[in-house]
Amino acid sequence: MDKAAIIGIGMTKAAGRVKEANYAELVYPAVVAALEDAGITIEDIDNIVTTSNDFWDGRTISSMATGDVSGGYDRNISCVEGDGTFGAFYGWCRSLSGHYGTTLVTAYTKGSESISPYITNAVFDPIYVRSLGLDMVSGCALQARRYMNRYNVSEEQCAVVSSKNHRNALDNPNAHLQLDLSVEDVMKSRMICDPMKLYDCSPVSDGAVAVVIANEEKTKRLGRKPAWIKGVSFCMDNYLLGDRDLAECAALEKAAKQAYAAAGISDPRKEIDVAEVYDAFSYQELMWTEGLGFCEKGEGGKLAESGATAKAGDIPVNPSGGLLSSHPVIAAGLIRIAEAVRQIRGEAGDMQVDRDVRTALAHGVNGVAGQSHCVWILGKE
Amino acid sequence: MSNVWDSVEPRVYESRIKVPYAWQAGETASRFLLSLKNETKFVGKKCAKCTKVLVPPRKSCPYCFVETAEWVDVSDEGVVEAFTIVRRDTGIMPMKPPFAYAVIKLDGADTGLVHLLAEVDLGEVKEGMRVKAVFAEERTGRILDVKYFKPV
Repeated sequence: MDKAAIIGIGMTKAAGRVKEANYAELVYPAVVAALEDAGITIEDIDNIVTTSNDFWDGRTISSMATGDVSGGYDRNISCVEGDGTFGAFYGWCRSLSGHYGTTLVTAYTKGSESISPYITNAVFDPIYVRSLGLDMVSGCALQARRYMNRYNVSEEQCAVVSSKNHRNALDNPNAHLQLDLSVEDVMKSRMICDPMKLYDCSPVSDGAVAVVIANEEKTKRLGRKPAWIKGVSFCMDNYLLGDRDLAECAALEKAAKQAYAAAGISDPRKEIDVAEVYDAFSYQELMWTEGLGFCEKGEGGKLAESGATAKAGDIPVNPSGGLLSSHPVIAAGLIRIAEAVRQIRGEAGDMQVDRDVRTALAHGVNGVAGQSHCVWILGKE
Repeated sequence: MSNVWDSVEPRVYESRIKVPYAWQAGETASRFLLSLKNETKFVGKKCAKCTKVLVPPRKSCPYCFVETAEWVDVSDEGVVEAFTIVRRDTGIMPMKPPFAYAVIKLDGADTGLVHLLAEVDLGEVKEGMRVKAVFAEERTGRILDVKYFKPV
C-alpha cells in the first residue's frame, strides 16, 4: 500500500444547538483549526472532499453551499454523502491518485435544525417500509433486541458502555454531553424503544470536523506530526433490514479483516492500543467490538463488564466519550479518526490512554443498524 | 462568545421542506402491492441462483446480483424474528405508542418483512412467536394494506 498520513485535524466543540454560527459558518473554524494544526495554509491544499447529507442540511446539493468555507473556491472540490469516514476514504484515494498531494476532508451536521425522526425515517424505502414510521432509533432497536437475544447480552451490559462513555466524556472538552452516569442511572432512564433506554441512545448534536490527508512526499515535506494510514476498508450489507441477519455484523468483520491485513495486524486485541468506534447506541459498541475481533462473537458484553474497554483497560474503546456523548451525525466517524490521531500523537489531554499508542483504530457507520462499516488503522510509523 | 448576544438577537429562519414526490413502485413491487390489495395474499420472488424467496420481492437478488424470475405464493402467517416495543411518539407513526415493530419471516419466505404488531399483550411479544396478517378493509395498494400482524 502506498503511504499516506493524516497531517492535520480540527474540530468544533459539539453542542446541542449552536446559535452563533449557521451551518456553513460551523465548518470554517474546523477547517482553520485543521490547517493550523498541520502548520499549513489553504494554499497547500490540492483538493477538497466535503461530507454531508442534504436531508440533514435542509437543502439540496448542500456541498456547494459549504464549499467556500472549506476553502473550495477556485479548487477541485467533491462531496461524499454519508459518514465522514467514507469521505475520508475518498480523500485518502485522491491523495494517492498521483493527481493531488494533499486532500482536505470536512464533515458536519447541524442536527438541531431538523426533527431527527423525520430525517431518519426518510432513510427507509418509500415503497415497502417508510409509511410504517420507522426511524433510526426503532430500526436499531430491532437489531439490539435480536443481537441481545441471540447472545444473551443483558441491558446492564449495554448500560456499562453508556456509563463508561458518558464518564469518559467528562475528560473531553469538545463533548456535547458530559454526564457522570452510573450503570444504575442508565438502567433507570426512560424506555425509548425496548430494549433501548434514553441513555442507551446518542444525542443529536451540532458539530464540524476537518482533517488533512497527505501522500508520502507531501507528508515528509509538510507533516509535523503525521499519523500514518496503515489500512482502510469498507464493506456494505443489504439495505432492507429483513434481508440481513441483524444479530451479526458480517460487513464489519470483512472491513476489519481487510484493514487488518493491510496493516499487518493478526491479533487486534493485542496490537491495537486504542479504538474509537461508532457507538450511536450502547449495544452497538458491544457488537462492533466483536466484529472488530477484540473478543469472540457474543462476548462483547462480558468484555465491557470486565473493564477491558475502559480507558485503563487493555483495549480502551472510546476514551473520547464516543457518539453517546457527541453525535453530529455525518461528522461522527471523522471525529473518531481525529480522536485516534490525537491518541497517536499523545495529545489527547485527559482522554489520553496510559500507554504508548503506536496503533489506533477508528470506525464509522453509514445506514441503519450498521448497514455499512468503514475501518481505519492509523499508526505512529 | 459570552457577549455575542448582548448586541445581536439570534434570528432563526423557520420553514419546512415540503416537496410533492411520486415514487414509482416498479413492476415487481406493483405486483406485490396489488396482490395485497386485490387478493389479500403475499407473493415473493425466488432467486434462481441462491433459491431464496424474497419477500418483499425484488427484481434482482440483493445477495447474488442476478435478476429474479419466478413468482412464489407465500403464507400470510409467519414467525417474529426480531421486535421492539416503541414507547416514544415521534409523530410519524401509523399507531400511537406503545406498539411493536417486528421483522416477520412469512412461511415460505427466506427474508424478513418489517411491519407492525398489534392485538397483542406487549409483554408477551417474543422471538419465534407466530403471527398472521390483518388486512385493512379499505386497501389502496400499499404496504399498510396490511394493517398489522397479530398473534395466531
